[in-house]
Amino acid sequence: MTINLGNISDGPRDAGAPVLDIERLKVTFATDAGDVHAVKDVSLDVKAGEVLAIVGESGSGKTVTAKTILGLLPETATSSGTVLIKGNNVISVSPATLRKIRGRDVAMVFQEPSTALNPVFTVGWQIAEGIRAHAVDGHRISAKEAKARATEALRKVGIPDPEIRVNYYPHQLSGGQKQRVVIAAALALNPGLIVADEPTTALDVTVQAEILQLLRDLRDKYGTSIVLITHNMGVVADLADRVVVMYQGDVVEEASARTLFAEPKQDYTKKLLAAVPHLGRDSASEGATARLHQGGKVLVEAKDLTIEFPGRLGTPGFKAVNGVSFTVSENEVFGLVGESGSGKSTIGRAIAGLNRVTGGSLKVFGYEMLGFKERSFKPLRKDIGFVFQDPAASFNPHLTVGECIAEPLLIHTHPSPEQARLRVSQLLESVQLPASYAARYPHELSGGQRQRASLARSLALNPRLLIADEPTSALDVSVQAKVLELFRDIQEEYGFAALFISHDLAVVDMLSHWVGVLFKGRLVEQGIGSQIMGAPSQDYTKRLIASLPVPDPEEQALRREAHRALLGT
Amino acid sequence: MSETTTAAVPPPAPRKAPLLDRLPVTSHIRQSVGLQRTMLLIGITLTGLFLLAAMFAPLLAPYGYAQISDAAGTFPAQAAPGGKHPWGTTVGGYDVLSRVLWGSQTAATVIVVSVAMSIFVGVALGLLSGYFGGWLDRVLVVIADAIYAFPSLLLAIVMSIVISQGQSSFWGGILACSISITVVFVPQYFRVIRAETIRLKAEPFVESAMVVGASSWRIMGRHIFKNATRTLPLIFTLNSSEAILTLAGLGFLGFGIEPTSAAEWGFDLNKALADASSGIWWTGVFPGVAIVLTVLGLTLVGESMNDLNDPRLRGRRAAGNKRSGKAKTKAGRP
Repeated sequence: MTINLGNISDGPRDAGAPVLDIERLKVTFATDAGDVHAVKDVSLDVKAGEVLAIVGESGSGKTVTAKTILGLLPETATSSGTVLIKGNNVISVSPATLRKIRGRDVAMVFQEPSTALNPVFTVGWQIAEGIRAHAVDGHRISAKEAKARATEALRKVGIPDPEIRVNYYPHQLSGGQKQRVVIAAALALNPGLIVADEPTTALDVTVQAEILQLLRDLRDKYGTSIVLITHNMGVVADLADRVVVMYQGDVVEEASARTLFAEPKQDYTKKLLAAVPHLGRDSASEGATARLHQGGKVLVEAKDLTIEFPGRLGTPGFKAVNGVSFTVSENEVFGLVGESGSGKSTIGRAIAGLNRVTGGSLKVFGYEMLGFKERSFKPLRKDIGFVFQDPAASFNPHLTVGECIAEPLLIHTHPSPEQARLRVSQLLESVQLPASYAARYPHELSGGQRQRASLARSLALNPRLLIADEPTSALDVSVQAKVLELFRDIQEEYGFAALFISHDLAVVDMLSHWVGVLFKGRLVEQGIGSQIMGAPSQDYTKRLIASLPVPDPEEQALRREAHRALLGT
Repeated sequence: MSETTTAAVPPPAPRKAPLLDRLPVTSHIRQSVGLQRTMLLIGITLTGLFLLAAMFAPLLAPYGYAQISDAAGTFPAQAAPGGKHPWGTTVGGYDVLSRVLWGSQTAATVIVVSVAMSIFVGVALGLLSGYFGGWLDRVLVVIADAIYAFPSLLLAIVMSIVISQGQSSFWGGILACSISITVVFVPQYFRVIRAETIRLKAEPFVESAMVVGASSWRIMGRHIFKNATRTLPLIFTLNSSEAILTLAGLGFLGFGIEPTSAAEWGFDLNKALADASSGIWWTGVFPGVAIVLTVLGLTLVGESMNDLNDPRLRGRRAAGNKRSGKAKTKAGRP
């Protein structure tokens, strides 16, 4: 073990030497089902001032690799190999040395800023805590000095009025600002390396663009190396210099970002890149000049629809949806996009009778949902299918997939057991699952298979309207691509109308004929999908589309400039 | 991806492990390692002995619980262990061994009756209260809280007086004890099930049942009930030990069952009070040890199950036994 080496070689950074050097890393977890080899054989290095992205789907071992860099693995894990940071092997150093390395030589930015910050302390205190944990030149840093340095760190990450904000509590800051605070805490001791584990996954696209810009500035101004863990190819294209693709615990391919996107070598990488939805390609409303499918009946009609959630005692209610008007006609796929909190899910749930309408008018198959009664609405329910976001949670874990799919049939049509079984196997085949899957339990299916089964359940009664609430956001990209394709085929085959809700513009564009953009409960723009994505008319839509990173580094560099110009900076 | 549609009859989907391995206690034995397994096995052994004694008391016990004489004449009072009475006799001339063995039967009956009654009432009320909410929920929660505020033994005494009104027949006494224990336990089951129901009500699978138009009864019975009752075996074992203690407490205070109706450990302990100072240890030690071992056994089973149900507390064969929830989710992904 070379424990003291790091303290001596603390001189100016050598541009050639890697900041981080991982050699033959192997991590194994002990679980109920035996050993799981999360990371099999990973070797990589990060040079000073470089952004290395580790990409892969869930279960590829990218997060485990990141945690190993900071020595954050749980006790059930055993790791071998070397992870060198400034001459210290993180895997074998003593806990005391590891504590010294953390924060000083390497720091971490977590995925969810609202849980990474302690709600009962001010943000300044939390940044200062890391500063005070490390002695500089043998003496402890006073609380006052630490706070001054925390203020400085906040200024670095672009928080306005850092002298005042340093005394704020996390709940007083927005999501993007919280992530800035987390980054400031990571930066406080000027570590040479920052490990960012999905730093923008929990954030909206417009905020994501800001955080990516911040990370890029850090690299440019302070020469900080960044290990970026992500599954989002757009983020990779935007920020990374070099990319490591991981699959099932192994490195599949390593290349510079431009090379990887332009000419991927391995089949897996090619498949992965092909599956990423790309804004402006493969649009469902390609070439349309007028709204499609307007000949049929209007199934859903909203006029000044308002949905208000009651506030707590003394506070006014929260208007989740505010004066929204739209229609969904037969055969039409209506795409609803918006960031979190824009009210898009609330509208979908209101149509299915899961949320109450408080104002305006919402007619579903001509039935007024304002003040609806479950008893009189129930007969209409068989015409509405609903696909939920998380396929794992939307199946009762104690029932087989077949029983779950048969549930709507049993409630509305009372078939004989044979009829039900037959219908279930038909449905399973229409979503390209073997009929034998009816006997399985939901947990025995993969995420994509479960979402297909969920689609089968929503189609059980041949509904005239399908509401899909973020149906693919819990899935990996390659699985998402398959589910989207299936959705499109089935929609064309069965011809139902659909309300497709998603935060992902590219996904919405792929499926929807007509797109509505929601912002803070208001429908700011609606129009033909390809036109909205290509030539938005409203400022918010422009900003939303410009902040979406595309999986192509060269195109993304141009888009980034355009985005900056749009914001006037 | 194994998502190709096969034309031939596909092989049956891999089923769960055999039924025996999925039962609450057996599945726990399989999962456990090291100290946790030892504790669980000790608990199961003690509980098994208790249940065997209860089942075969008529065969095992040399005499009846109220027998004070046999063909050879009246039993001697306070005879030391040995000879015809291996654990000695009490001041009333009862055989201690027989009383302890018969006592396990009384204890087991009270556990079964009281826990069964409290589970049915508690689960039903918890489901209704959690699912419908509103005024029903508020009223039931207030009542449950009020019952919690009473010392449980005091409440059991009051209930026993109200219910049995001095009766001391076997079933009268047992029902009095059971019902008084039930009253104390119902709020516990009620709370657990109500909390689970409220949590499950917001789960997407319940919402998806609402969307397809399932009735409230169907949602409660088919979707919530099965998912909410997962913790019940655990409360069952822990409450069983508490039921024994309450029963013994009642008996000790004189609200139990008369010695002529059934054998009861608490009552025997009460009668052994005076013996302790005069050096007669066997009348108190044996029923006392019986209570301790039974409670210990049931508690060990319950606590071990509690630890084993929690992936973060469950020990594993490899080094370390904390924070393995993450590793487990990794295992679930192919």
